[in-house]
Amino acid sequence: MTQLPGLLDTEAIRKDFPILDRVLHDGKKLVYLDNAATSQTPRQVIDVLDEYYEQHNANVHRGVHVLAEEATALYEGARDKVAAFVNAPSRDEVIFTKNASESLNLVANMLGWADEPYRVDHETEIVITEMEHHSNIVPWQLLSQRTGAKLKWFGLTDDGRLDLSNIDEVITEKTKIVSFVLVSNILGTHNPVEAIVRRAQEVGALVLIDASQAAPHMPLDVQALQADFVAFTGHKMCGPTGIGVLWGRQELLEDLPPFLGGGEMIETVSMHSSTYAPAPHKFEAGTPPIAQAVGLGAAIDYLSSIGMDKILAHENALTEYAVKRLTEVPDLRIIGPATAEDRGAAISFTLGDIHPHDVGQVLDEQGIAVRVGHHCARPVCLRYGIPATTRASFYLYSTPAEIDALVEGLEHVRNFFG
Amino acid sequence: MYQDVILDHYKNPHGRGLRDGDAEVHHVNPTCGDEITLRVKYDGTTISDVSYEGQGCSISQASASVLNELLVGKELSDAQKIQETFLELMQSKGRLEPDDAMEEVLEDAVAFAGVSKYPARVKCALLSWMAWKDATAQALGGADADAERKSA
Repeated sequence: MTQLPGLLDTEAIRKDFPILDRVLHDGKKLVYLDNAATSQTPRQVIDVLDEYYEQHNANVHRGVHVLAEEATALYEGARDKVAAFVNAPSRDEVIFTKNASESLNLVANMLGWADEPYRVDHETEIVITEMEHHSNIVPWQLLSQRTGAKLKWFGLTDDGRLDLSNIDEVITEKTKIVSFVLVSNILGTHNPVEAIVRRAQEVGALVLIDASQAAPHMPLDVQALQADFVAFTGHKMCGPTGIGVLWGRQELLEDLPPFLGGGEMIETVSMHSSTYAPAPHKFEAGTPPIAQAVGLGAAIDYLSSIGMDKILAHENALTEYAVKRLTEVPDLRIIGPATAEDRGAAISFTLGDIHPHDVGQVLDEQGIAVRVGHHCARPVCLRYGIPATTRASFYLYSTPAEIDALVEGLEHVRNFFG
Repeated sequence: MYQDVILDHYKNPHGRGLRDGDAEVHHVNPTCGDEITLRVKYDGTTISDVSYEGQGCSISQASASVLNELLVGKELSDAQKIQETFLELMQSKGRLEPDDAMEEVLEDAVAFAGVSKYPARVKCALLSWMAWKDATAQALGGADADAERKSA
């Protein structure tokens, strides 16, 4: 077996993930390399979800019975865990949403309805990048169409990095918000936060960072990032689906208006008007995803027990190995940084003229799960003149042997369509 | 799923390339980015040509090749029957075992039966067939409109 420095004890870790024992298609062992789409769930999280529904299920807040108090304590306890996980100065800065898309849409809507100085209108500009997931493009297109604000973006270099050469023209005195991805889901690129944040701060623009592909894989410190908002999702970090997070700086959350109205988010309501609860509740209308938040808390406990720095080192070692092995496959072109430097553990590629759907299907026949398509980042495919890519993405339980299986599988694909 | 017939059509497509036509359509499959530009040429109600250019997976490209092979030279009513039978097969979720009658209608297109088990790929197989149906409606609808204009 291939031994690489920095690898985790995957033999032990894999025992926590029952699904990794699945055998597919007449005896093929599952090789799960679609972690950028969703991660698998450890027994520790599944148990907490079971226990929640078996022992504590109730609606949160205001209930005076035992179950309501337990559910509230578990839900709010999950908020404490998230706050600690991202080094938030205050637990009240952690808003639960249903996913990262909702978190990003929430910020776009806060700014669309905000008063000065945050208001986005026809005299202002919004800045994103060409490597964003559709969830960090479309909300801004909508806001731009509704307000008349100009939507601008950073382009990409040929090797899959942000082109910041014109940063002073892209981010200007008119810019109200700069929203960009920390680690790209399609290219794997780890973006230089500091340069962008510095320029945004110079012109007084707010910064929103989409950390969906970062939070699961590396230590995340919202204070070190110096962003104003950070969004991520639970199901990519060993948690359940249906739970996302928006972290925002407290004074902003106090100033900015709510988006969804409903139960939980109010202070008082009359037939004429309402006043709102303080953040984070101001932004959590209706019954929240309670069990899912509790599950995310358990996932954070699980990841923290292993150590985010160790997970990062594991994935760096795997990525370096994967880049090296994939480069050996004839006709394979990596879409994104061609080295393991400043990149996450998602690697997109094309394989000659073979369509990614065919690559993915023939890999699936061998039990290897990858993602094919435009990965909700179609502008990236357009930028590089390709219809789609095949993407392999790794996590804390991934092994060098699985990368070897992928490379063998790709050889089989080439022979099959060759 | 990848029958030899499908791979043969993928590697050696029939009638590929755009030629003169009465109507042209462009269809895309947004889930995987398959694209096809397809033209139909009619001689009365006989299909004299179906020409196409596209990019996409082997299933979508092979399916366009099979369509060309099956439909060119056919009467519209026969072609519609083939299209409807192919649609029925592709929507069968793998539960339909093609019988002799179906094989007679579909010829090489029967090889796509296995694709119907894969929901994500059914649209790939149907792309060119939906494009043909659309182009035909435009070509013949346009011809009818022309005829009406002339008689008016």
